[in-house]
Order: sequence, then C-alpha cells, then structure tokens
Amino acid sequence: METTMIYYLIPTLIMFCCGVYGFLTRKNMIAMLISLELMLNAVDINFVVFNRYLFPGQMEGMFFTLFAIAIAAAETALAIAIIINVFRAAKNIDVTDLKKMKF
Amino acid sequence: MESVGSIIMYWIIALSIVVFSVLTVTTRKILRSATYLLFTLFATAALYFKLDYEFLGAVQIAVYAGGIVVLFVFSILLTSHPGHNSERLVSRRRVLGLVASVATLVIAGYALVSRCGMLCTKLPQMSNPDMKTIGTTLMGSGDGQYLLPFEAVSVLLLACIIGGVVVARKR
Amino acid sequence: MAIPLCMFLILGLLGMKMSHKLAGILGTAGMGVTLVLAYFTAFTYFFSGSPDFVSSEGQRLQYIVFNVDWLQFYDNLVIRLGFLLDPISALLLVVITTISFMVHLYSNGYMRDHHGVYEHGFQRFYAFLSLFSFSMLGLVVATNIFQMYIFWELVGASSYLLIGFYYVKPSAVSASKKAFIVTRFADLGFLIGILILSFYTGTFNFTDFTSAPVADGVYGVSLDTAQGIKNLIAGSEAPIFMGASVLTWALVLIFMGGMGKSAMLPLHIWLPDAMEGPTPVSALIHAATMVVAGVYLVARLFPLYLMEHSAMVIITVVGAVTAFYAAMVACTQIDIKRVLAFSTISQIAFMMVSLGVADPNFHEGLGYMASMFHLFTHAMFKALLFLGAGALIHAIGSNDYTEMHGLRKYMPITHVTFLIGCLAIAGIIPFSGFFSKDEILSACFGNSWIAYLWMSMVAALTAFYMFRLYFLIFWWKEHPVRQGHHTPHDQPWTMTLPLVILAAIATVAGLIPFGNFVSWNGEPYDLFGHFDWSIAAVSLLVAVVAILVAAKMYMKENPLPAKMKNAMPTLWDWCHHRFYWDELYMFITHKIIFNGICRPIAWFDRHIIDGTMDGFAYVTNKASYAIRGLQSGSIQMYVWIYLIGALALGAITAVCIL
Repeated sequence: METTMIYYLIPTLIMFCCGVYGFLTRKNMIAMLISLELMLNAVDINFVVFNRYLFPGQMEGMFFTLFAIAIAAAETALAIAIIINVFRAAKNIDVTDLKKMKF
Repeated sequence: MESVGSIIMYWIIALSIVVFSVLTVTTRKILRSATYLLFTLFATAALYFKLDYEFLGAVQIAVYAGGIVVLFVFSILLTSHPGHNSERLVSRRRVLGLVASVATLVIAGYALVSRCGMLCTKLPQMSNPDMKTIGTTLMGSGDGQYLLPFEAVSVLLLACIIGGVVVARKR
Repeated sequence: MAIPLCMFLILGLLGMKMSHKLAGILGTAGMGVTLVLAYFTAFTYFFSGSPDFVSSEGQRLQYIVFNVDWLQFYDNLVIRLGFLLDPISALLLVVITTISFMVHLYSNGYMRDHHGVYEHGFQRFYAFLSLFSFSMLGLVVATNIFQMYIFWELVGASSYLLIGFYYVKPSAVSASKKAFIVTRFADLGFLIGILILSFYTGTFNFTDFTSAPVADGVYGVSLDTAQGIKNLIAGSEAPIFMGASVLTWALVLIFMGGMGKSAMLPLHIWLPDAMEGPTPVSALIHAATMVVAGVYLVARLFPLYLMEHSAMVIITVVGAVTAFYAAMVACTQIDIKRVLAFSTISQIAFMMVSLGVADPNFHEGLGYMASMFHLFTHAMFKALLFLGAGALIHAIGSNDYTEMHGLRKYMPITHVTFLIGCLAIAGIIPFSGFFSKDEILSACFGNSWIAYLWMSMVAALTAFYMFRLYFLIFWWKEHPVRQGHHTPHDQPWTMTLPLVILAAIATVAGLIPFGNFVSWNGEPYDLFGHFDWSIAAVSLLVAVVAILVAAKMYMKENPLPAKMKNAMPTLWDWCHHRFYWDELYMFITHKIIFNGICRPIAWFDRHIIDGTMDGFAYVTNKASYAIRGLQSGSIQMYVWIYLIGALALGAITAVCIL
C-alpha cells in the first residue's frame, strides 16, 4: 500500500470539520478557542503535505506553517487574556450569556 | 513500496487524529477537551516527523503542545467553576452544527476525490532540510528567504505580550 | 516690542501656576524694560542727529529699522513685517509705553480688594495687558498698511478680551461683543480700502504712499508704483466709481476703519459700553492708546489724504459732529466712566477735525502737528483722569457719582491729580491741554470761521462737563458716610505713584516744543513763533467762563441743575439717552436685519438644511433599526453565515469546474 496525498488529506479534513462543529456548537469561549486551534492545525497539516508531495526540496509550505504556529500562539495568548478579563467582569464565559454590551 | 512499519505508523497517526479530534469537540468536560486537543497536536507532530520535517515537528510539540495547551489548561482552571464543568447542549444547536460540518465534509471531500489523479502522487524522495538550511532561509534577506516575515512575527509577538499584559492586569 | 509678547506668552501659559504677586511684578517689569527701550529709541531718533534720521536740511526722515518678508504670495505681492521709525511712530512709542507702564503698575493695586486679596484671573489680566501692549506697539511701528491691519485686528481682539474680563457679568460680555462687532464692521471697510489702494498702486508700504506724491525715486520706490500713485491722484486714468474716484473711495473706506476704532459718530456706540472692563483697561485702551489708532492711521496716510480734498472734508465733518455730540451727552451722564468715555470720543474727534483742517499752506500744516500734539497730551491727561476715576471707584465701589459727593477731604492725592487732569482737558494755561487744544483751534481758524466757532463751543462744553464731574465728585455736599461702610481713603503707592507721575506730565507736557519733533513733512516748525495769542486768549476765556458756570451750578448742593433739567426736558432726555443711538441700532438690527434677513435665513437653515440632515439621520436610524438583528454580536451566528456562504461558493465551484 502506498500512502499517497489523499491519505493525509482525508484525516485533516475530518479534523477541520470537527473544528467547525465544535466552533458552532460550543458555548464556552475556551472550548470555541480549542475548536479554532483544531481548524488551524488541520490547515497547517495541509500546507505541509502539499509541500512535501508536490514541491519536495522547497520549503515554502513548511515556513508558512512555522509562521502560522507563531501567530496562533500569539492569538491564543491574547484571546485568553481577553477571556480572563471577561470572566473577571461577568463571572461567566458563555458567549450566549454575555449580553451586557449588546444593543 | 513503503515498509510495513511505516504504514502501521501512518494508520496509528491517522486514526488518532480522527478519533481525538472527534473526542475534542464531543466531550462535555472542557478540561478533557483540552487534553484530547493535546493528543491531536501530538499526532500532528508525529505526522510532521513522518513527512521528514523534524524541525517543524519539534516546533509543533514545543509551541503548541508545550505552550498553548498549557495556557488552555491554566485558563480553564481559572475560569470554570468547580462542579460546573459540563455544559448541556441544545439538541437543535447540535444538529445544526452537525449538518454544517457534514456539509463541509461532503463538499470538500467531493472536491478532493474528484481531483484524485493529482492527489495520488507518490511520496517523492526528499532529504531532510537540515538546521543550517532552515536557519539561513529564516534569517536571509535574499530571494525565497524569510527575514521580513520573521521580523514582522517578532513584532507581532511583542505587541501580543504587551497587549496580553494590559488586557489581563488587575485594575 | 517683543518683550510684551514674551510676557504675554509667559503669563498666558504659565500664569495659572504663578503666584499673583509674581505675575504682577513680572508683567510690570517687562513693561518697564520696554519703556526704557522705547525712550531710548525715541531719544536716539530725535536727538542723535544721525543722517539716517535727519536730512541735511533739518528734515526728519522716515527710517526703516528692519523689514522682513513675512508672507510672499508671488513676486509683486509680499507682506512684510518691519519696524518703521519716524516722528509720529516714535511719539506713539513713548506714549504707549508710558501709559502702559503706568497702567501695569497701577493695576497691581487696583486689581485687589481692600484687604489685599487679588481678583480672580489676575494673571490672565496681565497676560492680556501685555498682549495689548505688544499689538499696539506693532501697530505704530508698522512699515506697511497690511502689517498695520494685522496688528489692528490684534489690538481689537485684545480689547475684546479685556472688556470681557469680568466674563461672569452679562453686561461685560455683551459690551465686549458689541465692541468687537462694531469695530469688525468698521474693519471691513478698512480692509476693502486697503485692497483698493494696493490694487491700484501695487504696494502696501507707507513709505511709498507718503513719498511718492512728493518726489520720484525716493526711498527706492519703483517707478511703476510711483506712477500708479500719481495716476491715482491725478485721476486721469483712475476709474470712477459711483461719482467718486477710486482714491476717494479707498481713503474714505480706510477712514471708516479709523472711525470704528476711534469711535467716531455712527460707530461710536461700543466705546461707552466698553467701560464695563476694568478701569485700568479703560485708561490704557479706551482712552489713551487704542482709540487714537484711527487718528494715527489718518496721520500715517496724511500725504494721501492731502491729495483728496473731499476725504478731508468728510473727516472734518464727522469729527466736528462727533465732538459736539459726545460733549453734549457727557453733560448728562451720571456714570463717571461714561462721562470720561464720551469725553474721550469728543477729544478724539478734536484730533480728527484737526487732521481734517490741516493745510500745508496754513502755518505749514499746523493741524497735523496739533493733532499729534493733542494725541500726546490727551493720552496723558485722559489716562490720568481714568486712573483717578479708577481710584474713586475702587474706594467707593460704584461707578455712579451720585454716591461720591464731597470726597476732597478723604482722598487728597486723588483730588489734586484729578483736578490737574480736569484743568488740562479744559485747556487752562499752563496745563498741557491748553497748548494742544489751542493749536487745534488755530488750525480750525485757518480753515474757516464756522469750524472755529463750532470747536470753541465744543471746548467750552468740555470744560463745563469736566468740571461738573469734578465738582459733583469732590464738592456738592458732604460725603454721606454710611454705617458699616469703611471711609474712603487714598490708595496704596502702586496706585498713587502713576497718578502723580501722569499729573506731572499733564502739567508740563504743553511746554515741550512739540513742533520741533513732529510735523507733517518732517521739517521743524517753530510752535511758539506762530502762537496766536488772540485765539489763545479767547479759548482761555471760554474755558474759564464754562468752569465758572459749572462751579456756580455744582459747587454747593443747590436746586439749579434740576431747574435746568426741567427747563429743557427734551434736550436733557435726548442727551441722557445719548440721542437714542443705541436704540436706533437696536431698531435696525433687531427689527430690520433680524426680522427681514435673519429670520428667513434661520428658517431656511432650520427647515431646509436641518431638515435634510434630519432626514438623513432619520433614514439611517430607521434602516439601522430594521437591520440591527444582523449585527447580533453572536460570533457563532457570524460563523454560520460565513460558512453557508463559503459552502455555497465551494459547491458552485465544485459543480461548475470539476
């Protein structure tokens, strides 16, 4: 058996769909963030896989992933700072319950 | 033809990715969800190793698994009330989410399958990019080198540190 | 000149952080340094005899100390800032710095209450005073008419600020607005005049205006410019507009600016109200310096005015009517500062008349010289009177002199200095007003009998109302000492010292051989050689008679003034209400302009323009309400919508392409 590209892309696709599902159904903000990470990770894998199979020896996909990881780290840190702040103000981090600032 | 060990390795990775992703979004305890995410990320790192990107795999483990998940765990412990770590989902909401994700799966999967010819390329031979090459590519300013994005990301991280401190500090 | 500006900046910016005392001392010290510098400049100019200042024939020249390009629009249109020294600007430098220094010093005492507590905004007051001094100095040394206009506006603005100094008082606020609007209106004329003049001559410079009629090529006037001015004067090529030449129009419009600043008749209404400001301000701005800016302006452009007889006639008539009107009104006012204000108007009108009747063929332009002389002496004695009035107001706490009778025993220094001021303005020998006023009368005499008689009458009225004021304040009856009210007394030295100095100047200033310094063409003029003793004697006699009448009526408490009032009720009423000028203005502005023009405009604004804007707002508002459900703030909703769109696109792509 030969592990072709599709063998890698299908699991990442499932991973991505799990992320979508989680993002749409979860109410806890941290759980939503976790789902987001899932999606991001799936995309990262795709970059690497395409790079590896179609352009071996080049490193564009790999570096893109590298930068994506760095940015994801930054984004998560900031998001968690905000979430903690919201929690401090509202004692709650359910997105459906945060209606104070709504019109 | 690949070695049997390699194929077994692939199946383990693929299965753990799928299973742990699904568990991440279906478990009702948020701390478990974070733990499953950790396993998913480990599996991803293993996948990078398998595809001969050792450096990327190491970064994945160090930054994602070591940094971000720990951050998640900390924030979960900070924000969740003890004894209230399960959330009840409305069934309508769950069905809708399911529909959306399945639709995504179908459409993207159809796109993938219809391009099967291109996607069935075999794994080409490739030597591992060694650290020296990675370093020069990351730090060089020439053609196909990434000094500028590197600096941009460093500035972004700095801004993020400051922003995080400002947002989260006690007033 | 830059020192007051620095002081303004320092006091204005840092004033709130300074102690009151420091602000006062700093402002006064800055003005003192300026005073010394101005004296030095003037003495150098008049006495050094350097060829820069005096020509070989003894003619005083105009000397430009410096002149920098400030704003260059294109090659021919340059606005310069510079420093022009000639007899009148040197004279004004001395006057302004002297009075300003006195006022700075005086305010140290005036702007406190009897317990030595400083008034609110004391630093601000000094900052504005410094700003005013700076602008006024900039005005008199201006090298070109545009620079003058800039400083003219600055002077107006600082006057506005100082009139409205007690900004919590509604009357002060409306007075400052009135002053600003009226002078602004006049300045519009001034600006148009400037533009007309420079459009046809291509220059802003005073030296070009004043020298071109005399000779070509002097002071580096370009031939084009000289030709332009000559054409304008000759009227050969100059266009005619509505029956008068362009030059006439320009000069009359410029004079209109001067009318506004100097409170000549139709535009005089702001000056009496301007007395709402603190009294030292009235002394500095509304008696001694700013209001004579109009006279100064006409004097600056005098050679041009000489060329246009009709403009001179207009100046004379306006001045004469104003002088008489203001003198009449002054006889009936009961507010001490208003009397002085109307007296100021009247005296400035004297100067205007004097300029108007000046004729180079009669005593070598005696009128011009007399006008400048009177400007000088008037600044001194009127500042003295105002500061004295300020001392009285400070002591009594009221402007109304029906509450002030019999003060001579309580305030001896103020009494004596005030008396000197009154004698000076009435024109009694040997006080300064005698000489300057007498020269004005001589100049009028040289012009026509009517002018002479008219101005003599005004002079008599002047003597009458000043002594009416004097007697009512210091004599009339014993001062009613009220219970629980402190007795009036003389002031601290910061207030009396300026009074004494100014009184000394007012006494001896007339003996200065003024003609040696200032005359219309710069050649020295022997004043005493031309002194007409018969005219002097007549005017002296008139003044003495007027004073005696005033003494008879007001020296002791008696029913005579009331009888007079009852004998001529209409006249008294009209005078008392200032001939209903304010009411006329109110009528014009409120009834005609507001109703006829402003109402429709306001209606248009409110209903059409506002309506359009309201309509936009309404539509936006309604639309927002309608679609606000979309902006729910729920991120999962957004993701849903995004996802649906993305999936639809993906599906379409998949179906179409693959």
